[in-house]
Amino acid sequence: MSYLEYNVKTVPAGFRKVLYLNWPLVILLTAVASVGFLMLYSVAGGDISQWAEPQMKRFALGLALMFAVAMVPIWFWRNMAGLAYTISLLLLVYVEFFGVTGMGAQRWIDLGFMRLQPSELMKITLVMILAAYYDWLDVKKTSRPLWVLVPLILIMMPTFLVLNQPDLGTAILLVAGGGAMMFLAGVSLWYFAVVIAGGIGLVSAVFSSRGTDWQLLKDYQFRRIDTFLDPASDPLGAGYHITQSKIALGSGGWTGRGFMQGTQSRLNFLPEKHTDFIFTTLAEEFGFVGAVSLLSLYALIVIFCIVSAVNNRDRFGSLLTLGIGATFFLFFAVNMSMVMGLAPVVGVPLPLVSYGGSAMIVLMGAFGLAQSAHVHRPRGR
Amino acid sequence: MKRSPKDTATSARRIGRRALVVGGLQAGVVGMLGWRMRQMQVEQADQFRLLAEENRINMRLIAPARGLIYDRNGRILAENAQNYRIVIVREDAGDVDQTIAKLKQLIYLDEGELERALREMERRSPFVPVTLSDQRAWDDIATVAVNAPALPGITPDVGLTRNYPLGPDFAHVVGYVGPVSDYDLEKNPDPDPLLQIPKFQIGKTGVEAKQEHRLRGEAGSKRIEVNAAGRVMRELGRDEGIPGADLQLTVDQGLQNFVQARLELGLSASAVVMNPQNGDLLAIGSAPSFDPNKFVRGISSADYGELTGNKYRPLANKAVQGAYPPGSTFKMMVTMAALEAGEIRPDETIWCGGYTKLGRRRFHCWKRGGHGHVNLKESLQQSCDVYYYELAQRVGIDRIAETARKFGFGQHFDLPMSAVSSGVMPDKNWKMESYGQSWRVGDSLNAAIGQGYVLATPLQLAVMCARLSTGTAIEPRLIKSVDGVETEIRGGEPLGFDQANLDLVRGGMYAVSNTLRGTGYRSRIDVDGKLMAGKSGTSQVRSVVVRNEDVPWEERDHALFVCYAPYEAPEVAVGVVVEHGGGGSSAAAPVARDILLYALHGGLPPLESYPSSQRQMIKELHDKLPLRREMAGPERSRA
Repeated sequence: MSYLEYNVKTVPAGFRKVLYLNWPLVILLTAVASVGFLMLYSVAGGDISQWAEPQMKRFALGLALMFAVAMVPIWFWRNMAGLAYTISLLLLVYVEFFGVTGMGAQRWIDLGFMRLQPSELMKITLVMILAAYYDWLDVKKTSRPLWVLVPLILIMMPTFLVLNQPDLGTAILLVAGGGAMMFLAGVSLWYFAVVIAGGIGLVSAVFSSRGTDWQLLKDYQFRRIDTFLDPASDPLGAGYHITQSKIALGSGGWTGRGFMQGTQSRLNFLPEKHTDFIFTTLAEEFGFVGAVSLLSLYALIVIFCIVSAVNNRDRFGSLLTLGIGATFFLFFAVNMSMVMGLAPVVGVPLPLVSYGGSAMIVLMGAFGLAQSAHVHRPRGR
Repeated sequence: MKRSPKDTATSARRIGRRALVVGGLQAGVVGMLGWRMRQMQVEQADQFRLLAEENRINMRLIAPARGLIYDRNGRILAENAQNYRIVIVREDAGDVDQTIAKLKQLIYLDEGELERALREMERRSPFVPVTLSDQRAWDDIATVAVNAPALPGITPDVGLTRNYPLGPDFAHVVGYVGPVSDYDLEKNPDPDPLLQIPKFQIGKTGVEAKQEHRLRGEAGSKRIEVNAAGRVMRELGRDEGIPGADLQLTVDQGLQNFVQARLELGLSASAVVMNPQNGDLLAIGSAPSFDPNKFVRGISSADYGELTGNKYRPLANKAVQGAYPPGSTFKMMVTMAALEAGEIRPDETIWCGGYTKLGRRRFHCWKRGGHGHVNLKESLQQSCDVYYYELAQRVGIDRIAETARKFGFGQHFDLPMSAVSSGVMPDKNWKMESYGQSWRVGDSLNAAIGQGYVLATPLQLAVMCARLSTGTAIEPRLIKSVDGVETEIRGGEPLGFDQANLDLVRGGMYAVSNTLRGTGYRSRIDVDGKLMAGKSGTSQVRSVVVRNEDVPWEERDHALFVCYAPYEAPEVAVGVVVEHGGGGSSAAAPVARDILLYALHGGLPPLESYPSSQRQMIKELHDKLPLRREMAGPERSRA
């Protein structure tokens, strides 16, 4: 189907588009990002210039990007999906050979003004290509094996590249995000049953590979899993982070210890306190009330995405919005589970709050796509 | 490709359904996250709050000031001196090597000490202060302080360390402290957290060790906030500990100084000076001695080797640890036992022909030709051995031992000094238990002249002399007061001997020192009202009689002398042992007399106190003695 099938006349045009933006979503995103500024200010010990200020600039940039992307008709983005995916994949291959190594993984391309992580980009472009694919595919063919294989390949290619970096967190997000897209597109539930069974088999294979020549994960990844399963076994070593994180979170109590009063973060007991573990500082300083408030903001963002998607009869727009919502959901769910000791430490940032350039810009761009889908949704008839 | 509106609608419915499923799953996950937050932050909050507090708050101990030790006149024997240190903090120092090089140009730094400090610095976190140099003079500290801008990260610091201003004089009595070792803790498990402080000083010997519980005090503590790396962020609270109790000893530092100096002339000797009226130990000398301050600072292995390798055993407190055959000083015990048992009359004479025959064995008198007819007084005056061989056979060892024990032989005195020996006072049971053999008459004969199995310490000799002089069971005491509270005087009650019998023995001892044929006549006091009573002893180390000059030092006889004065109203009792010194009357008696005179005068006595023929010699001796002159500057006395 081409864009001509849209009832173009009902779609707002020109600057009137601004009025049709999903404004509650914009407000929610800004609110979450503001929580991030506050926490970055706090973990820097009351220094705005260290993390909070750069983060604000990036958010401003991200917001501008979102609006820009939202103004462009959604069918343009659908046509760009294949290109975007290909570029992301090529960049992933590029960092495989030329990327900047950090934290034992090859992840970055240094662009001078920012570090680009192609894996961040891939999380969104994968959603785009899958949405475009199912938009193009005849609905009746959705569950045919051959047509199920294509999206699987699309998912697995970047996943293997990312796993090779190695970045377990992103790999999980790619598989889960892609799987969600296939589920949403209506792929038969039998496939998922098979995959879940296979997944269980794979997990046992991974564990049985430990210590053999064909070991599937690096030692540090195995250790993280061990630590996750029993953090107390190594409280000063690998379990230190998760133990300290839980202490910080739990010690917050109902209303927290007060802004900038969290001893765990102020005295450096928390690891990565401005990136992956920033939620613990929030929970320590603002307590249960603060933590649940942030969780609610996140949930609202996802709900607004779902509502927007369900009301959108354009298949691409609907799937894209749902995919972006699902990816966003995976980000914060995995991060929060991780710092609360419900999931292994896999290195997933808290979206829009953790300090980091690529993730922020890419996410805001993604919400631009969702906004575009919202603005340019078919109306009337 | 064309898509029918119906397809589109079906597809949209299906997406809607699946979206709701996904949304439901997501809601479930969000609910679980929220539930987990509630569980951690509401239900287990107290537990986690506690863990967070434990994380951040550290208790640091504050070492209390150790109790001071004074002599009987309030002169300080052990003090807590300011210990000036030079401390470096690596992270502030920048280039450590360069900074130390600069410091070296200003003051002297010991290479070994420096190397240790550098090693420690590598091990510790960069913000932990490491001691570069210890026990510095004030000048060095001032130099460092003045040059502080050029020496980043280097600061002068002051702590407390034990100091013994009188050095070797009280090394054996007061002892010394040293850093607590694993061995100390193993030997004597002590839950006191103070011992966990690195380099915490505890008493190792002498009063310092035996009165550790009083001197140490109780730990204070401060609560500090630390960050994850252990850096101290701020102090939250402080509880000063309780300082240790101050001890006042019965010893007199002037007399002790004289005793040590006088003993040093005898190579290896010891002496105990006691007040027979109240049991106060006025001086406890053991020569040679050593500087206890060396042990506090950590003695070098060369110095330590020299002390342990020395055949005169400077580390031993011979006055209480050394057990020697008492020789003829034991004869008073035999006399007392015989008189109390009614086995001898004072005027009864026994004929000494130079030896006693027991079976086929001969027991010789020290005087080859014999003493002829000897009565009780003469037996002590001339120390006739044959007389006592006869008494021993009449009285028997068990009754002798019973009497001697009342005078302190074989008795353990609970004094706060290291390894206080009980000596040996044998009897029939003792031999059976120790050797599984029955007591023989020959053993009694040997015991009667203070040989064989009998062993006594100089302390026991002084106690015996004191008890003889007063007839009371006076107990020696070393601690006069604790934090100003006087300790009790024990043993003032009479021993229960017949006064006439005591007078007879005292008369014998008087004759020793003040009559022409007395063995101690040469070492008498020539002042009316301060006349002394004494008894010499020469105990054999080997059995064959040869002249002392002909054998190596180790095989010569021990020289002993016990005495008290004034004869009429005893104030001071002295026991002296000169190891391998030869004859008691020639080697030990002059030492005992000089100590007695000094103690009676409370200082160097006038030459007129000595017999006129000896005054020139005594004057030379006094000039030669390395006595400590009064210290310059304000007197270090009790505030």
